[in-house]
Amino acid sequence: MDLNTKFTPQNWPEHAEQATMEGKNKFVGFWIFLSCEVVLFASLFATYLALKDSGPAGMDLAKYSTKALYELPLAFAMTMILLTSSLTSVYAMYHMKNFNFKGVQTWMGITVILGLCFLGLEIYEFYHYVHAGFGYRHSAFSSAFFTLVGTHGLHVIIGLVWISCLIFRNMKRGLNLYNAPKYFVASLYWHFIDVVWVFIFTVVYLMGVLG
Amino acid sequence: MSSVAQKKGFGAQVWDYLTTVDHKKIAIMYLAAGTLFFAIAGLEALFMRFQLMFPESTFVSAGTFNQLLTMHGTTMLFLAATPLLFAFMNAIVPLQIGARDVAFPFLNSLGFWLFFLGAVFLHLSFFMGGAPDAGWTSYASLSLYSPGHGIDFYVLGLQISGAGTLISGINFIVTIITMRAPGMTFMRMPLFTWTSLVSSTLILFAFPPLTVGLFLMLVDRMFGANFFDHTMGGNTIIWEHLFWIFGHPEVYILVLPAFGLFSEIIPVFARKRLFGYSSMVFATILIGFLGFMVWAHHMFTTGLGATANAIFAVATMTIAVPTGMKVFNWILTIWGGSIKVTVPMLYALGFIPSFVAGGVTGVMQAAAPLDYQLHDSYFIVAHFHYVIVGGIVTALFGAAHFYWPIMFNRALNEKLGVLTFWIFFIGFHLTFFLQHFLGLMGMPRRVFTYMGDQGWDLFNLISTIGAAMMGVGVILLVLNVLISIKSEPLNRRDYWGDGRSLEWALETPLPFYNFKQTPLVRGYDPYWIEKQEGNKEGMVYAEPVGDIHMPNNSILPLIMSIGTFIAAFGALYSPWGDQAIAGTADSVSPGLSVGLIVLGLGITVGAMIARSLKDDLGYHVHVAEIEAIEKDLAQYRATGKKGGNK
Ligand code: HEM
Ligand SMILES: [Cu+2]
Repeated sequence: MDLNTKFTPQNWPEHAEQATMEGKNKFVGFWIFLSCEVVLFASLFATYLALKDSGPAGMDLAKYSTKALYELPLAFAMTMILLTSSLTSVYAMYHMKNFNFKGVQTWMGITVILGLCFLGLEIYEFYHYVHAGFGYRHSAFSSAFFTLVGTHGLHVIIGLVWISCLIFRNMKRGLNLYNAPKYFVASLYWHFIDVVWVFIFTVVYLMGVLG
Repeated sequence: MSSVAQKKGFGAQVWDYLTTVDHKKIAIMYLAAGTLFFAIAGLEALFMRFQLMFPESTFVSAGTFNQLLTMHGTTMLFLAATPLLFAFMNAIVPLQIGARDVAFPFLNSLGFWLFFLGAVFLHLSFFMGGAPDAGWTSYASLSLYSPGHGIDFYVLGLQISGAGTLISGINFIVTIITMRAPGMTFMRMPLFTWTSLVSSTLILFAFPPLTVGLFLMLVDRMFGANFFDHTMGGNTIIWEHLFWIFGHPEVYILVLPAFGLFSEIIPVFARKRLFGYSSMVFATILIGFLGFMVWAHHMFTTGLGATANAIFAVATMTIAVPTGMKVFNWILTIWGGSIKVTVPMLYALGFIPSFVAGGVTGVMQAAAPLDYQLHDSYFIVAHFHYVIVGGIVTALFGAAHFYWPIMFNRALNEKLGVLTFWIFFIGFHLTFFLQHFLGLMGMPRRVFTYMGDQGWDLFNLISTIGAAMMGVGVILLVLNVLISIKSEPLNRRDYWGDGRSLEWALETPLPFYNFKQTPLVRGYDPYWIEKQEGNKEGMVYAEPVGDIHMPNNSILPLIMSIGTFIAAFGALYSPWGDQAIAGTADSVSPGLSVGLIVLGLGITVGAMIARSLKDDLGYHVHVAEIEAIEKDLAQYRATGKKGGNK
């Protein structure tokens, strides 16, 4: 593949992310990778559901239960932030289709900032729980909670590092058929993280507080 | 660059293998590593059989026996059978579909190094305080409280090598979906490619639950989490579910490619088209699908209740239906064929009845009430060795003979091969047939000794003799390999004379880009079709000779894997686990432990970032170079000497 081919919005391919063999492989491979991530999170969700509210004999459920711990407004704010960041990454992809590199970089940048806000709130939430005595080793419930939500948080961190690397690496050189698939799968990954969070919000927080 | 081995310095050759992304070389590394671990696990088995040869023997202690049985099972399944099958998948699948390499050559190399370093890590346990000892299933109620670091080695080693397996699985799926030559539609794919595809898909869905299970075990033991600790509200049954949701598909992950190998071998030596090709494909997919519905047949005695047991019993029995379809298809392929009984065919003929026997005992165990009697007895041991040795190991041995000419441009000796087959095959049945009866007579599995005069003595003795014969068989096979290194290169195509699929159309030794021109596939069994029509070259082409795009070598996969290897030591000696706190396992200072984890993961992540920041566009082999290489190869094939061309 030749990096020096100059593109204009006119001759930029419709599906730039799949215009090369490597790009197509990456595209297919990433979808397949995501399906295995689904199974990974499914296993964690199942474990969480089996262990929530369960702890050593005599654990104070008035203090350490889904109902007592979780705060819906915070979780809702986090959900909104992450959903918005998914939307901004869609904008970035929209601009990629039109060969508008500045648009891609800007919206990906905004996605990263929103991701950071989400992460900040999550760290605050964890800190709050630990402070209330609900540490990782507190009970089976706490281990399961932190592992499920923390694994998601780890995915957020990986996504942020990844997208930031892309933004900085390609700052000077613009879009081409080599980095278009990279942007594309990064945004796919970000959507996936978002979808997992919707499930966490529903299964952990909503069902925890209301159910 | 030329695949005709250049006179390179030793160092340069080692470097070449450390950095290679060529599927043919990665296949050779899988083959070598898999054979090494196969030999280690085989020795462990022999030690166990010597211990069990006579009642109340004291050859090894109970503790050592537990380590042997755990390492034997773990190694054989994860570190021997899997990589050996990957060896053939790597070597053959790209050739069968007419591809120049796999979809992700870089990940292919990463997968290998992760597997290999994970395996090495696991084996270091022998020298660092004792191997894992809770069985290959490592049930949490046992393993959580196993003192020392054995289980930690198991958890971390499998985590690393499992990541490698998963990556390779994804790679194969994408390769088979996107890299097929023009005309190679799904319903023209050879069965080995099909079974590799389905098996890789099973890896995709089965390994994540194992990853999660191992992770939970890791944090429980090394960081004081409470998933399986019932005093803290945990539940050990979660491990059993996660393990078997992985574990049952795992047996099909292994056996499906073995089915595929036999589906390649049998038509070649029956000299008949594979009978019922589309039903074979259908059966493969159905087995893969059903494989996920039956995991609880390993947990009948756990106490899930009668309803759950009944559902899982029926689901398990239905798997016998597509499996039976396959068996009949093989038999009907042989039926009326013009059969040549070569070594690979011998293995195939030995496979069919052995595997059927294993399937029949499987269906017996699927009857939940009967399984209350059979569970955890030697009957189970007999069952799974009939399917695993009778199904998978015979496939691997047969395939080694079958594909050696393509992989190494040498043939394995037929006479020695026949002798090996008979010794191994008779040894196999001697070892395991009587174990059915030992189980029915009540001998439990995983015991290090037994009292005499219960009617078990003779059968155990015979079983050990059989095991020794299997050992001799393996030594003969290795000997055969060594002899083949000294033998004359073949320099030809279609060694067996009756090859049907694309890989046989290629003249060995292969150039590193496999196909000078991408072939055009005109039907199922493409090479056979071309031979029928008198095409001397064995292929028609889909493109003119042009520049070939190839991937760059890279050392990064090895560096990434080494990073995880270092980090694993940090986690292993963590001072935050219940074990370390209670003083039943040694640990290092928090600083050192964190330091190792940060250093190791830093290396891995750093290498990943380097990979992401540095463009890797591959390179082009230009037409002139291709012609030079082809000339070189032709000269080598004709005279045995390499030309001066690159
Ligand atoms: C018709 C097909 C099969 C059926 C119905 C079947 C059924 C079963 C059942 C019910 C068990 C559990 C017995 C117990 O622990 O009480 C079992 C164990 C086992 N099976 Fe199969 N099986 C079949 C084929 C296979 C194949 C093809 C393989 C491997 C390639 C395999 C490997 C194993 C292994 C490794 C175990 C023992 C696991 C352990 O407890 O360590 N089976 N089988
Ligand atoms: Cu099973």
